[in-house]
Amino acid sequence: MEKKAVRVAYGEALVKLGEENEKVVVLDADLAGATMTNAFKKAYPNRFYDCGIAEANMVDVAAGMSTMGLIPFCSTFAVFAGRNYDQIRNGVCYPKFNVKFGFSHAGITLGEDGGSHQAIEDIALMRVLPGMTVFVPSDANECYQCVEAAARIEGPVYIRTSRLATPVYDPRPFTVGKGSVIRDGSDCAIFTCGIMLEHAIEAADILAGQGINAALVSFHTLKPFDDELALQYTAKCHKVFTVEEHSVIGGLGDTVASAIIGHGVEKFLKIGINDVFGQSGKPADLLKEYELTGPQIAEKIMKNL
Amino acid sequence: MDIQTLETYARQVRRDIIIMTAAAGAGHPGGSLSSTEAMVALYFDVMNVDPKDDKNPDRDRFVLSKGHSAPALYGTLCERGYFGREEFDHFRQLHGILQGHPDTKKCPGVDASTGSLGQGISIAVGMALGAKHTGNKCHVYTIIGDGESQEGLVWEASMAAAHYKLDNLTVILDHNGLQIDGTNDEVMSLGDIKAKALAFGYDVIEVQDGNDMKQVVDALHAPACPGKPRYIILNTLKGKGVSFMEGQVGWHGKAPNAEQAAQALKELEG
Repeated sequence: MEKKAVRVAYGEALVKLGEENEKVVVLDADLAGATMTNAFKKAYPNRFYDCGIAEANMVDVAAGMSTMGLIPFCSTFAVFAGRNYDQIRNGVCYPKFNVKFGFSHAGITLGEDGGSHQAIEDIALMRVLPGMTVFVPSDANECYQCVEAAARIEGPVYIRTSRLATPVYDPRPFTVGKGSVIRDGSDCAIFTCGIMLEHAIEAADILAGQGINAALVSFHTLKPFDDELALQYTAKCHKVFTVEEHSVIGGLGDTVASAIIGHGVEKFLKIGINDVFGQSGKPADLLKEYELTGPQIAEKIMKNL
Repeated sequence: MDIQTLETYARQVRRDIIIMTAAAGAGHPGGSLSSTEAMVALYFDVMNVDPKDDKNPDRDRFVLSKGHSAPALYGTLCERGYFGREEFDHFRQLHGILQGHPDTKKCPGVDASTGSLGQGISIAVGMALGAKHTGNKCHVYTIIGDGESQEGLVWEASMAAAHYKLDNLTVILDHNGLQIDGTNDEVMSLGDIKAKALAFGYDVIEVQDGNDMKQVVDALHAPACPGKPRYIILNTLKGKGVSFMEGQVGWHGKAPNAEQAAQALKELEG
């Protein structure tokens, strides 16, 4: 299966968007080679602004540029969602300015740079901001769709991307705020987002081998969230498991919990980073260390059925 | 506009500041009174703005980076015709357009929501950069505080302003020397602020008395220096115009009571 990092797709999508919409400008904070905005820089040097290693300033500069009718895309590492949070909150979201955030290297699969750089809290931070749309694309194709959608949305949008090359699935129909049913099932429901889709699919396959028919739903939009689809599968399966490469506090798991609480949930388990920071290591080793591989996910689900 | 008329407006804005803060029982009179001349000069003499066409894309932009001085901005905008005086009664009140800090979504004439110090100048840099990018000939003005200049973001923004050669940007420092906890020098000295501004690549003008309307107007009208952002140091007096507030740290964020307001308004009579 073809593999491509979601961040690479982000860079490619920006170039395509730049072709179609001259209002699109891209800002980076000296990480163009990592966030993949260098593709845009090469294609449209006059629409690319490197703001230097000053993430906070980048965000407010983008805010100011948006008032001139431009559509700025700001890019840096997801871990800096904390560093420039005040600017995202007060500079962009409070006045509902039209600024997009494409933050990459999210989660532990960032790998070797270690815990200081592995964002496990960015979804929680972004989700709580009024008016913010939060996208967590699961693969390159979904990332293209998220970037296109972001440019159409009037207001702030956060797109969480990943460093690691991951499988590229066939494109699925895309609607902002709607989840995608990857497989139907009735014994339990697995809800996932981002690149954990690959491991959730593996888990569902293992469960199927054990005679457990798990439904699998992937959510590219964590805000606004598809409460309806989550409720539909809760009503069908009663046992719900969430899988994410993010803290189990404030991420997908809590988003789902808010949606389905009090609606006949028999079993509910959040599978993710359990309130700890990450560490250096190879992405595959880290996934294993934090018990997020397909077999480990399947095992957890079986124990809790 | 002649200086005398501008001074009359400044006196009225000072009265507005007292009326507003007294009615709300809250607000920041000290830094509002020190920056009054700058805002009046901008809105009545310097900037290309029209309250009847306040979304005109070619208008000059103003960002009150020291957002807590909102009463001075609100007084100025009201006198300039952006909204009626009745709004003063709702300053800092539920559903009012005059929020505790300027809100671009609620108040006509406000181009950016500010209040989190350091952000306004950074947004102004973005506006100036965006104007250059789109070929908009507007000029962007921002007033920052001296206490605010302790924020690192002010210097990130300054670095970017020089880097992008934003000669369509004017940063105005309301240098009244005081902040909530004491003098700048007691809390966190700014050192040689002029030397710092120069070192960051600004074209710097220092105004001896930033509460002298003619000196302020002259500085704001000085021709731009091609390729360089402008930085104007206004040496001002916190609480200017109200005897018992002048130079007093305590009046940074405290509203006058009825008696004090009456006295202040008496002092500010034409």
